[in-house]
Amino acid sequence: MALSETAGLRGPPIPKPPVHQQVLNSVPVAVAIYAIVVGLIVYGSFAGAQNMGYNWQWYRVPQYLYSFTDDGFQWGEISVGLVATIRLSVLSFALATFLGLVVALLRLSGLVVGSAVAVAYLELIRNIPLLVLLYLFYYVLGPIFGLDRYVASILTLAVFHSALISEIFRAGINAVAVGQWEAAKSIGMSTGQAYRYIILPQSVRFMLPPMTGEMVHLIKSSAIVSVIAVAELTTIGRNIISDTYMSFEIWFTIAAVYMVVTLILSVGVSFLERKFTVDQ
Amino acid sequence: MDSQPIIEARNLDKFFGKFHALKDVSISVRQGERVVVCGPSGSGKSTLIRCFNALESHSSGTLVVDGIEVFEGSKDVRKLRQEVGMVFQQFNLFPHLTVLENLMIGPMKVRKVSRDQAERTARTYLDRVHIPEQAEKYPAQLSGGQQQRVAIARSLCMETRIMLFDEPTSALDPEMINEVLDVMVELAETGMTMVVVTHEMGFARKVADTMVFMEEGRIVEVAPPDQFFTAPASDRCRMFLAQILEH
Repeated sequence: MALSETAGLRGPPIPKPPVHQQVLNSVPVAVAIYAIVVGLIVYGSFAGAQNMGYNWQWYRVPQYLYSFTDDGFQWGEISVGLVATIRLSVLSFALATFLGLVVALLRLSGLVVGSAVAVAYLELIRNIPLLVLLYLFYYVLGPIFGLDRYVASILTLAVFHSALISEIFRAGINAVAVGQWEAAKSIGMSTGQAYRYIILPQSVRFMLPPMTGEMVHLIKSSAIVSVIAVAELTTIGRNIISDTYMSFEIWFTIAAVYMVVTLILSVGVSFLERKFTVDQ
Repeated sequence: MDSQPIIEARNLDKFFGKFHALKDVSISVRQGERVVVCGPSGSGKSTLIRCFNALESHSSGTLVVDGIEVFEGSKDVRKLRQEVGMVFQQFNLFPHLTVLENLMIGPMKVRKVSRDQAERTARTYLDRVHIPEQAEKYPAQLSGGQQQRVAIARSLCMETRIMLFDEPTSALDPEMINEVLDVMVELAETGMTMVVVTHEMGFARKVADTMVFMEEGRIVEVAPPDQFFTAPASDRCRMFLAQILEH
């Protein structure tokens, strides 16, 4: 086929997509459909609540986020809970990353013992439900090793997520070309130096997106520690509800707070990612 | 010329699984000697020189490089690699580091040289490969020829005594081959011991002291270039030369 006959290159115009696709893809139609769907869900839940005779008290919610009193500005209980959740998640994530790296390096070490230990660990963790793992740490290992509920929570979350993080590390490390290893070795680097200066810095850009996903996942699964009454966002939500009976408002609010945090995280990291690719 | 052998390989065999990549290969390279290894692809040329800096471990036979006996699991492998530089077909520069950092990281982390000293050495060798102005760029911003010259400088920064080249120009666009070969010729003139796997016969004629022809894992012919190009002893070698020199 001659170049001039190619669609769009001075030849016949590129065929347009079918009409229904054009309509559905246009911005106003898309926004309208989106608004209708969201509106229906919101209306449905409010109407349902109305039928139950639910007494909405949204005006009482802000005081749990923040308040202005004579003493000045004060954070509310939910905000305090959020800080606790973030602290818990960050500590757990740091430990999970460390454990994950160790497991990944063991698995990649080429030693039979190393990879056997790593595989056994991964299979063990992956096949126990998070809730059961938490009970194991709190009710079984807790008394044995004298772990309080906060430490037990951090360990549970860290161990559970280290399994997935180790796979992310392994994939990220394997994504770096073999030639990089050879080049590092041929200038006399040890395996440790090659990892530290050459391989890991390059795997960061492969690992950032899945690691963000994992952090988001961890923040969300940190809610589970409310079952052993660790003071964090979800526990505080439950406490407020048992005082006020505003279960609809508070759960909506708690859900929104989790969403805001994880969305901010995702957006922040995608900026970071762009920076990493520009530097390459 | 010093006639002390700096690389001495005896009866090397190498298996990749069942594939017999090197068959009873013996070769010795004197200090300051320039050896060019050629042969059809799959003949074991690359495997041979990768054994010289222990990127591959030979299955049997003895190999002594720069006074260090090379064998699998040897503790001296890192010491050996500091003396033996390697230039790869695909350059293998570190893409997350600038050109200057690529040159400095080996001396700083492996030889524990100070940053200032490493930077001075790096700039000296960048001058030597004629790209001092690219120091602050990242490898991806350079042409293939420039990247390969940086790779050569990176090895030289380790103050190596032997340089191995594994098809250094095969991945380059034709117009960039000469800038790399020129740098290699200049390097040869400094008296560096070089073992070069290449099909660039013009380069071989200019710098080689010894030509080695390999086929199917064996060394078929070893000869000085005059003899090698005008009167090769084996038929296989003659055919190979006829094929690559035709154009």
